[in-house]
Amino acid sequence: MSALLEIDNVTKRFGGLCAIANCHVRVESGHTHGIIGPNGAGKTTLFNLITGIYKPTEGDIRFRAESIAGLRPGRIALKGIGRTFQNIRLLKNQTVLDNVRIAYDSQLHYSPVEAMLHLPRLGRAETQSIAQSMELLEPFGLASHAHKLASELPYGSQRKLEIARALALKPHLLLLDEPAAGMNTGETASLTEFLRWVKDHYKVTLVLIEHHMHLVMNLCDRITVLDFGQTIADGTPEEIRANPRVIEAYLGGTEDEQA
Amino acid sequence: MNSFLASVARNRGILPALVVIGFAIAVLSRYQPIFSGYTQIILITIGINIILCVSLNLVNGYMGEFSVGHAGFMSLGAYTSAVFTTKWLPDIPMLFPVAVIFGGVLAAIIGFLLALLSFKTRGDYLAIITLAFLMIVKSAWENIPYVGGPAGLLGVDKYTTLPWTFFWVVVTMLVIRNLVYSKFGRAILAIREDEIAANAMGVRIREAKILAFVVSSFFGGVAGALYAHLNFINPKYFDIVKSTEILVMVYLGGISSLGGSILGAVVFTVLFYQLESLGLGYWRMVILSSLLILLMLFRPRGIMGMKELPWFLPRRELDKRRQP
Repeated sequence: MSALLEIDNVTKRFGGLCAIANCHVRVESGHTHGIIGPNGAGKTTLFNLITGIYKPTEGDIRFRAESIAGLRPGRIALKGIGRTFQNIRLLKNQTVLDNVRIAYDSQLHYSPVEAMLHLPRLGRAETQSIAQSMELLEPFGLASHAHKLASELPYGSQRKLEIARALALKPHLLLLDEPAAGMNTGETASLTEFLRWVKDHYKVTLVLIEHHMHLVMNLCDRITVLDFGQTIADGTPEEIRANPRVIEAYLGGTEDEQA
Repeated sequence: MNSFLASVARNRGILPALVVIGFAIAVLSRYQPIFSGYTQIILITIGINIILCVSLNLVNGYMGEFSVGHAGFMSLGAYTSAVFTTKWLPDIPMLFPVAVIFGGVLAAIIGFLLALLSFKTRGDYLAIITLAFLMIVKSAWENIPYVGGPAGLLGVDKYTTLPWTFFWVVVTMLVIRNLVYSKFGRAILAIREDEIAANAMGVRIREAKILAFVVSSFFGGVAGALYAHLNFINPKYFDIVKSTEILVMVYLGGISSLGGSILGAVVFTVLFYQLESLGLGYWRMVILSSLLILLMLFRPRGIMGMKELPWFLPRRELDKRRQP
């Protein structure tokens, strides 16, 4: 089976700083892939390269066997890559419902002229998108908060809303940037179960950046370890746990701080 | 009293009724002396200002950019429509609507070009570009003898009547309202809130920016065309002071609010004429701009900022937004 996402020898430099060096990652369809590494290792840069916020200095990124390196972020999103952000990026002054609707909008087909004349087709499409969005919010426990502003939600719910919003794109690949940030052990455990459910229910491949080792080791089929922009290990959770370079660079001695 | 007002605000049958009654009165005033000449001028000015205010709100309020070039679009519409009715096809009153649309279309074309620049620049930089645009347009008119140069274009027929103004106010409100409550409107709002997040959700940012600028400048041009056929036109009128007046209306009434835009335009215009009749004509920009400073300090989003009168919401959105 060919990989869903292939990061092929990608390098990203900012001036003299090499944020990512000769990176290779293969994400298989249906897998959950973890990206771990100390702070500043280049994990979020990698996400920004995949989603088109940055263009790779060298190398290629292929999604479903098609090169997406250098495409605009909007185009990449529409090809089926959804994401969340490390610092939550919701539309704070919009309702919870409208945050999801906007991700459905790419599936509504009407022209600006139809919109300005408010033709019946638009009304039907909009009503349907509202119903779909409410349906999507239900399993996230957000349906009853649909008419609140996104900024009024508690932190944990904001993270869930970001995931729901990304799923409205009907993505093949979902990138989660530290989904468990700021959560305690109990919350992280329930998030682990929740992500497992999301993956099975929406048939989506997950790539996640995470510092909570318990979550990563439990959830991921494969893990890539980055350190100072270099890929220092790649393998199953068992292999990663046993890898001396990883223990040295990341886990060794500082495990308690990082976990 | 408050609950009465609230029930009026919630009753959606009122708006269409008001539109019909308003239009009937406007038509009737052509044949019966309902309003004095002075009152008519004020009413028409309020109408023109509503069009200017709502259309600028699309870019400065909903999209969160800062354009100070709206008077430039107004002058484009004013000059092109006036050239149309005085030089190309003069003395055919029937063609007035065509001239107005022509003025709007030309402004929209220039708005499209300005939108292309907005991909690269935002915030302060876009404000400077629109300021430069405003100066270019004004100086261009002053240097083109065909349109009268610095003296302006004289002898424009007074085609702008109360019914026509009312008609264009309704068209503007309807089109911009429909746009705002569509996927394009959500995209425009998302640009203001977080462009990166919007991108990640597949929002077509460029398309939304172009659309906002084109629609905004079209109606800016329409307002200019209506203005041109009410007064004589002079390039000096369409300067930064005119743009500032429109900005005051937008931020007074409230950003991202159609109801607020009407409120802002009405309050501003009435104050503007009242101050003149109180003998404070020269001081009015001092007073009105001070009002803007106070507003920015104490209510930065304006009187109705980010809130909408339920009258303007499509039925499907009714329970989904906060109401004042």
